[in-house]
Amino acid sequence: MMSDPMIPRQYRISRVRRETADTFTLELTPVQDEGTFSFAPGQFNMLYVFGVGEIPISISGDPANPRTVVHTTRVVGTVTRAMGTLKRGDVLGVRGPFGSHWPVEEAEGNDVVIVAGGIGLAPLRPALFYILSRREKYGRVVLLYGARTPEDILYRRELGRWRAQFDLDVYVTVDRATGGWRGNVGVVTTLIPRAPFDPLNTVAMVCGPEVMMRFTALELRKRGVGADNIFLSMERNMKCAVGFCGHCQFGPTFVCKDGPVFPYRRVKDLLAIWEL
Amino acid sequence: METLERILAEHPFFAGLDARHIQLIVGCATNVRFDAGQFIFREGEEANEFYVIRHGKVALEIFVPGRGPVTIQTLGEGEILGWSWLIPPYHWHFNARAIELTRAIALDGKCLRAKCEDDHDLGYELLKRFAHIVEQRLQATRLQLLDVYGVHS
Ligand SMILES: Cc1cc2nc3c(=O)[nH]c(=O)nc-3n(C[C@H](O)[C@H](O)[C@H](O)COP(=O)(O)OP(=O)(O)OC[C@H]3O[C@@H](n4cnc5c(N)ncnc54)[C@H](O)[C@@H]3O)c2cc1C
Ligand code: FES
Repeated sequence: MMSDPMIPRQYRISRVRRETADTFTLELTPVQDEGTFSFAPGQFNMLYVFGVGEIPISISGDPANPRTVVHTTRVVGTVTRAMGTLKRGDVLGVRGPFGSHWPVEEAEGNDVVIVAGGIGLAPLRPALFYILSRREKYGRVVLLYGARTPEDILYRRELGRWRAQFDLDVYVTVDRATGGWRGNVGVVTTLIPRAPFDPLNTVAMVCGPEVMMRFTALELRKRGVGADNIFLSMERNMKCAVGFCGHCQFGPTFVCKDGPVFPYRRVKDLLAIWEL
Repeated sequence: METLERILAEHPFFAGLDARHIQLIVGCATNVRFDAGQFIFREGEEANEFYVIRHGKVALEIFVPGRGPVTIQTLGEGEILGWSWLIPPYHWHFNARAIELTRAIALDGKCLRAKCEDDHDLGYELLKRFAHIVEQRLQATRLQLLDVYGVHS
């Protein structure tokens, strides 16, 4: 059902999961039964914490489950902090889904490399669900994930499960580690040169802080992946999310409605612009 | 059986070296293995070799008082471990510890240094390759320093 995109619909929190010290996942169900919620991997919703404010947050659930809307959020400021105090049963406003999506269908027949940094794994999770549910349509599927420390790793149980699958290569690395960590240490870009994929037949999907995406794209290019086969999610600040207000505009491009997912070639120059 | 010569000649790090130089390098090479937990070298010790990791994983650690050993980087299959053998005063700046069973080819730094002094072409070829590795690690360290996943205000 497509209602006025500027008016939030009410959703109730059916479950809260603490992922890490500063990150939590909310599962939402509509207050009034509005049927199902369908979205494409990579799209986002505008979440409204009543009386505090509205922010864009990617949808991080399984696109095959249209009954629950899932969001993973990291606490960074006013609205995310307020959202983090909400409990099961509380109500949020939701507008969406908005924006472009990961090229999961176009990637069929190719190897897929998913590179995530920090909270950037959240918007890529629906793409992984989608691809794994049609696994036979893809070549090699590789997930490269970088987090700050072992304690900051998101979706640990899922990563463990994915890692145990024979048809998915999962490499996790952290920036620093003490004690019992036996995994990789180093930035996520260092995993790219040796990851098992065929660069000439690869679609790469990248999400994380912009510095990380910039260097990841360069490393993928060095390995031989084409600029048109690298996709990034540009998560810059926005207000209306539907191309009205111009808050997210860069030249002819509106990050909210043309993005957040863009081919690298299109945003290469935008990545070099510091403020938007 | 794979010979050391073939393994080194086919390794990307040595790609492009002529057969004569590969021969000289093989003369300084031996196969080594380290059990999980075993130190390969320790901070402050003399640095007299470098390693081409064939299998396994190695952690580079610094000891931080009050925090214990902090892993600053891990290296795995195909990667090159150690360049202090090339730079006076030839001392290691970190600990290197195998975190799983690791097999590698050790290259004797003293032996190589002598050959590089005799044959500057070999020295230049090796320096070019190590400069590339140092540049990559510096770039990675800069990104680590930026703490890109942190919360910024
Ligand atoms: C399309 C899109 C998808 C997003 N998906 C997610 C998601 O799945 N999970 C999630 O946790 N966050 C996501 N974000 C980021 C999220 O929207 C911001 O963290 C949020 O708006 C911050 O609001 P705040 O009031 O808590 O912080 P503020 O008080 O507004 O800001 C606090 C600090 O965070 C910085 N900040 C605010 N917004 C951003 C941003 N977009 N990028 C980088 N730094 C920012 C500010 O500069 C400031 O330093 C997404 C953003 C976009 C545009
Ligand atoms: S956020 Fe208003 S135009 Fe994009």
